[in-house]
Amino acid sequence: MSYPSSFGAPAVPPLAAAGDPDLSVFGGDPLWLILLKAVAVFAFLLLMTLFAIVFERKVVARMQQRVGPNRHGPKGWLQSLADGVKLMLKEDIIPVLADRPVFILAPVVSAIPAFLAFSVIPFGPEVSIFGHHTALQLADLPVAVLFVLSASSLGVYGLILSGWASGSTYPLLGSLRSAAQIISYEVAMGLSFVAVFLNSGTLSTSGIVAGQRHWWNVVLVPSFIIYCIAMVGETNRTPFDLPEAEGELVGGFHTEYSSIKFAFFFLAEYINTVTVSAVATTLFLGGWQPPPIPYFSHFDTGWFPVIWFVLKLLAFLFLFIWLRGTLPRLRYDQFMAFGWKVLIPVGLVWLLAVATFKVYRENVTDRTPWLIGFGIAVGILLIITLVDPGARKHAERLEAAERERTRNAPSLDRIPWPPPQPSSKSPSPPYGPGPNRPSSVIVAGGPRQES
Amino acid sequence: MLSNYVPILVLLVIAAAFAIGSVIMGSLVGPKRYNRAKLDAYECGIEPSPEPAGPHRFPVKFYLTAMLFIVFDIEIIFLYPWAVAFGSLGIFGLVEMVLFIATVFVAYAYVWRRGGLEWD
Repeated sequence: MSYPSSFGAPAVPPLAAAGDPDLSVFGGDPLWLILLKAVAVFAFLLLMTLFAIVFERKVVARMQQRVGPNRHGPKGWLQSLADGVKLMLKEDIIPVLADRPVFILAPVVSAIPAFLAFSVIPFGPEVSIFGHHTALQLADLPVAVLFVLSASSLGVYGLILSGWASGSTYPLLGSLRSAAQIISYEVAMGLSFVAVFLNSGTLSTSGIVAGQRHWWNVVLVPSFIIYCIAMVGETNRTPFDLPEAEGELVGGFHTEYSSIKFAFFFLAEYINTVTVSAVATTLFLGGWQPPPIPYFSHFDTGWFPVIWFVLKLLAFLFLFIWLRGTLPRLRYDQFMAFGWKVLIPVGLVWLLAVATFKVYRENVTDRTPWLIGFGIAVGILLIITLVDPGARKHAERLEAAERERTRNAPSLDRIPWPPPQPSSKSPSPPYGPGPNRPSSVIVAGGPRQES
Repeated sequence: MLSNYVPILVLLVIAAAFAIGSVIMGSLVGPKRYNRAKLDAYECGIEPSPEPAGPHRFPVKFYLTAMLFIVFDIEIIFLYPWAVAFGSLGIFGLVEMVLFIATVFVAYAYVWRRGGLEWD
């Protein structure tokens, strides 16, 4: 159990550990070690992408009573590698209406930040590589989580630019949808992190993992649920895959892309999926720490923690695939309403509740501020409940206006059936009903009695 | 402290080299058999519309979403340093932040009530 002294196991989570975290173990690596670690992270992400694509296809296939890919490599596990090579050898089409430089740059802009976001994720504790003592983490910053958020936000530029530069309708709409969706759910995602920082008192990922030695922090569970929903929205995956809704938008922002450029959007999407899973593991599930089962908790030094980390990561990947195999796609207005009207208020209220709880626990003797905080929280809840009827009234007004507008419009009930005859001089046309039939059947607008 | 960023720069260089190199290689390796249908904008196989929904025209709703995002994202960025320093701020920090969040909440309630969060 070799932890830096400032992260020693406290009886309560280190609330008062404000200030700069101890990052002295980072930043002192020799260049060869930095290169080694950077290449390792890069290779890990590429391998995880290749694995995740086949894994997803196989699992979804099993969920749909199919076999899935089983031709390339042992049991089909090299399928995505074959797909990559095939895409590389395909024709590279740039439409005439496209803005050429931006069109070519967009997949690159989309892929690079996806790689970068992973650089501050801890794989394990300090180990010794070729006699050099170092942490199993490429880099750590005092603002590491902020760095992850900013890097993943930069990926939005790739999407927007690709849609804008394609000079085509569907990609533009798809990219706008993507961007609106990602920024909407990023608010909820950022809110869910605040409870973690309240708990750990630091933004550095290694500090957060160390602060979760006793990781089942019950107060974090609602934030964890909010994060899990937001991360699915953030990565454009089912049931929130509206930007790529095949039935409405052809393929979304990458409709006009082919060949290796298309492959890079695909790569970026899967790397983002892996990254949000890794962030969830690090911030909410104790990162590389072993599960709290008595026997396993001995394996928390050296290279063993990498196994726990990868296992937790794979569990999240499976969750993504499970969702895809189970849930239908939402409608866009439902989706946006859910993000703005449910996740954000719930996140804010829960955040205040966690903060109040922390203060309360530290100042049990003095109950007045607790009561004040509670009163304010109740006030905020009251505001929410007051707002809702207003919104409903607004919707009713809109609906009434819509009814008024369409009152005189033709509707199915008012379409005369059968159509009025231009001139009914001849009482019984040769092809019409027989002479015994009552002629009232043909009255315009009357009920349809004959078929 | 800046030396902490060096590994990120190294990863940036590796990723950029990989991405740019692959795109260049993809354009060299692939066949080039262009024809008019391939170079047109794709609209499910029908003749593409003469003026696609170009870069200058898209629903104003997206601007609104972007502005709301900026407001809320700044609010959340304010929350981060507060959360990190919360242990030493204590009750003062809680009351301050409740006042701040209440202010933003009033704006949020106003936007909601005026239908700014409806997507129609």
